[in-house]
Amino acid sequence: MEIPYTIKARPDTGLINAKLGIWLFLASEVMLFGALFSSYILLRVGAVEWPHHVLDVPLATVNTAVLITSSITMVMSWASLMMKDFKRYKMYMGATILLGFVFLTIKYFEYSHHIEAGEIPSKSTFFAIYFTMTGLHMLHVIGGMIVNSYFWGPGSKMWKTEPERFTNRIEVAGLYWHFVDLVWIFLFPVLYLL
Amino acid sequence: MDIFIPRPLLIVGERMEAAHAEDVKKHVKVYITVFVSLLALTIITVTISYFNLSVVPAIIVALIIASIKGSLVASYFMHLISEKKMIYAALTLTVVFFLVLIFIPLLAMSDRIH
Amino acid sequence: MEGNHSHGHELGFWRKYIFSQDHKVIGIQYGFTSLLFLLFGFTLMMVMRWQLAYPGQPIPIIGSWLGEDRAPQGIMLPEFYNQLGAMHGTIMVFLGIVPLAVGAFGNYVMPLQIGAPDMAFPKLNMMSYWVYFMGGVTMLTSFVMPGGAANSGWTSYPPLSDIATIGQTVWLIGMVFLITSSLLGSVNFIVTIIQLRAKGLTFMRLPFFVWAQFVTSFLLLLAFPPLEAAGVLQLMDRLAGTSFFLPSGLVVTGQPLNVSGGGSPLLWQHLFWFLAHPEVYVLILPAMGIVAEVIANNTRKPLWGYKSMVYAAIFLGFMSFIVWAHHMFMTGMGTIISTFFQTTTMIISIPSIIILTALFISLWGGSIRFTTPMLFALAFLPMFGIGGLTGLPLGLSATDIPLHDTYYVIGHFHYVVAPGTIFALFAGIYHWFPKLTGRKMNEVLGRIHFFGSFVCMNCIFMPMFIVGLAGVSRRLWDGGAQYAHAQPVLHWNEFMSHGAWALGVFQLFFIVNLFWSIRKGKKVEENYWHATTLEWATPTPPPHGNFTIVPEVFRPPYEYSVPGAKKDYTPQNQPMEA
Repeated sequence: MEIPYTIKARPDTGLINAKLGIWLFLASEVMLFGALFSSYILLRVGAVEWPHHVLDVPLATVNTAVLITSSITMVMSWASLMMKDFKRYKMYMGATILLGFVFLTIKYFEYSHHIEAGEIPSKSTFFAIYFTMTGLHMLHVIGGMIVNSYFWGPGSKMWKTEPERFTNRIEVAGLYWHFVDLVWIFLFPVLYLL
Repeated sequence: MDIFIPRPLLIVGERMEAAHAEDVKKHVKVYITVFVSLLALTIITVTISYFNLSVVPAIIVALIIASIKGSLVASYFMHLISEKKMIYAALTLTVVFFLVLIFIPLLAMSDRIH
Repeated sequence: MEGNHSHGHELGFWRKYIFSQDHKVIGIQYGFTSLLFLLFGFTLMMVMRWQLAYPGQPIPIIGSWLGEDRAPQGIMLPEFYNQLGAMHGTIMVFLGIVPLAVGAFGNYVMPLQIGAPDMAFPKLNMMSYWVYFMGGVTMLTSFVMPGGAANSGWTSYPPLSDIATIGQTVWLIGMVFLITSSLLGSVNFIVTIIQLRAKGLTFMRLPFFVWAQFVTSFLLLLAFPPLEAAGVLQLMDRLAGTSFFLPSGLVVTGQPLNVSGGGSPLLWQHLFWFLAHPEVYVLILPAMGIVAEVIANNTRKPLWGYKSMVYAAIFLGFMSFIVWAHHMFMTGMGTIISTFFQTTTMIISIPSIIILTALFISLWGGSIRFTTPMLFALAFLPMFGIGGLTGLPLGLSATDIPLHDTYYVIGHFHYVVAPGTIFALFAGIYHWFPKLTGRKMNEVLGRIHFFGSFVCMNCIFMPMFIVGLAGVSRRLWDGGAQYAHAQPVLHWNEFMSHGAWALGVFQLFFIVNLFWSIRKGKKVEENYWHATTLEWATPTPPPHGNFTIVPEVFRPPYEYSVPGAKKDYTPQNQPMEA
């Protein structure tokens, strides 16, 4: 028994199942982070005072550049597969995962600095929402890295047997990864710059 | 969204549907352009934050720049600019409810019985 | 991302029955698990109703089993009453009704009705079930935690829930599992309906049941995440000492709380009700879907106003996202925002009325077969009508003032869910039983189940309007016995409790019928009900892959009594005459 439209698109919708599936999942993620952005707004509007210049803007700017770069390496890894270049795929996907590690490392330094200074979630609603939003985002980064590592490593065997299906999987993984970048693109100014 | 995207990128977007190997090569140029734009916009938004604008203009400017960056990622890296109707429909619905979630509780908190 | 399935190999017991990826097995798993949870939640209520009928009296038989911290000398403690209340609601809604209506019926029937071999993502489907199962087990373990189960209502309002006993933390973790299960399931349902419809099955030829599941899945997909976020925030408040929901200056039993403050209890309410309102449409839409199928089939004529019903369901789904603060009229919202929510709430009653009216009119001129499923489906109509109508004064902010948080509210929502949704679910079980088993359930036992349940449900919930209008608040462990204004209506508590216990007795007829009929029910022919929709076009029970011949659809879903046709039903996959 085969499930149709896993590799070839359904004619009237023009979609493969996984692509529709991942976009729907991302829609639910928009609502998840949306709820946190809404919480941020309500907490800030209701606050007597809101801290400024307590977060490391230069470091977070570097992290923003890291994620943006990881997005282009991710899309290039997919493009390499479209051009049937497996070696380049490996290179770009490896770079994406590496940049993810860089992001996490920078976050680790950021968090430890705050924790040492006693700036923990229970200190104020500002730090509470800061840690919660960036923490949840970080969990999503880790999740994406696990998936990408699987596709770089053992999962990449599929290229030899079902290249088209494998390419679709990388496209779908890419959509998730770009979304994680997209969330940061909004998180960064809201938490760090405003 | 049209006014923020230079016409060449818009035209390229329309042709991004049939993703065959030769087309993908052309797309790579677009990806790199988008990448550079994203870095530039990041620098711009950080720079503006040092001007210490008052709250409301600061929020508007930061969100506009973030929206441009987000649109670039969504439209070109995520190929949204040439996606199918079904996806657009689901996302439009989501955006509507997202806006409801952001603005209505805010309205509820500000319109209070005193 | 399921692509190929190697056929021809026999799956072991574990892969075939426990970790199955077949939507039919998963549907049955959901079915049995959810029915068990419904029974458990029902039992909790029956224990609660002892306390309400006879406050301060030792509970017979089981009173001694409960232990000193729940019921010393068999007399229920208020803290335990609160646990029963919070868990009854949580279990019925999240572990019972939704998994049964969506997880069981949706999973089993929907792919068959659209002519699909399975769901779009069978592995994800399997995961959805097991994550639900884990969430259910987690919820149950909260009962054995020190301090007992969650006891801040199914709504878990802070600040109370923030400082409640550890059972609340377990509740939150359980909810994270359940929400995850729902999200995975909703993605699967939507992709399956859009992508795996058989050839010729356009959207406007879908059975109404499938439309109901489709809209429901969008509600689950987009409304649940804010509650997941809120759950994370409450976990942070309870475990990391944050003050997302704790305002400044909070004092608990004389001691100021050592927290940063600056949070808002209303933030929880907004996030919670943003989900919980669409959730009630998740509870009702699949039920309407089932009732539509059973009515069309048992009147031997097409549904009246199919298109209106479909557009109404879509409109209902959309509106359900913008009415939530009618649960918050008493929180000090101003006139502008209250008017907004009151208006949207009045508007949302329109699509419900359209659907109910269309179902009523569908009866006109029909050759009605009063089978057990049809009895339940028919009763659904006036019962849901009462539930809906009694909601109107709650949706208007002025009339909500005396009614909010009284027994009136409990009466309103139970009418919609109990003789409403649950009746529809019973109708579905009796209706599709022959599809799963090739046998029918016993009609005599079915009728006793129906009439007994119908009478008892009305005995339990109708007096609640009286008690609520008298001003008796909900969630009172003694049913209002301490309040002067409750004295004239207190006698109703005993009456309602006897109704509840009698209702329990009548469910035994269903339980016995179900298990007995699986083995010993009268064997019946394929398509026993002479139905038109695709699920009846498969062998019984349907094999792995469902359809031996790939189906093609040529007709709308309810071609009953077509003029000139040989039989009084024409299946959807029957080709047009050449």
